[in-house]
Amino acid sequence: MLHTVNKSPFEKSSVTSCLRLAKNGSGILFLEDAVFAALQGTSVSDVVAGRAKDFQFYVLGPDLAARGLSEKPVIDGVEVIDYEGFVDLVEEHDAVHSWL
Amino acid sequence: MAEEFDDEFDGPVKRFLFVNRKAPYGTVYALESLEVVLISAAFDQDVSLVFVDDGVFQIVKDQDTDGINMKNFSRTYRALEGYDVEKLYVEKESLDARGLTEDDLLVDVEILDSQGLSDLMDAQDVVITS
Repeated sequence: MLHTVNKSPFEKSSVTSCLRLAKNGSGILFLEDAVFAALQGTSVSDVVAGRAKDFQFYVLGPDLAARGLSEKPVIDGVEVIDYEGFVDLVEEHDAVHSWL
Repeated sequence: MAEEFDDEFDGPVKRFLFVNRKAPYGTVYALESLEVVLISAAFDQDVSLVFVDDGVFQIVKDQDTDGINMKNFSRTYRALEGYDVEKLYVEKESLDARGLTEDDLLVDVEILDSQGLSDLMDAQDVVITS
């Protein structure tokens, strides 16, 4: 299963709920305002970093760039992808769960 | 005889505080708030802006929206000075929680702690949060 989350982890509980309920081994893609969850040095970094062994984390590069965050370090184990990579992920997984 | 056009606003001037709490691009709140700020400034109001919670992301520098096909409106914050909107504030606690510092911001701001922000809000005639 590929999980996509698009809400800020500082404003909504979508990221933490996804981390709680997704099966280990799932892919989790942070996009739109959820890209903040991929950054080091925030109040939610430890929550995400602590699950890096359980999930394959991805973050959408164009959404980081739009927010001026391209040069900010992402959490170890988070892979930055582009839209083509997003399409590949959707194709590779049997289902997509969007945490709106 | 044509009536003389006067673009000076001579109505009451109030202290307006716009409290920006949302990140840009994910929702339309930040852009809409900016429009209202400019309208308020056009009516010569005493306008202040504060960036708190995810609102601090609105003024992070080096935003590049080419990849998401949206308008990069971050430059507008730098132009506010030209509309006599010069009182910009950021809450320190909001920056800290997001791993950001004053160096990450694209405009000059005054950093307030929560107590300072509380006092600022209390001193306004009109507070508009989005």
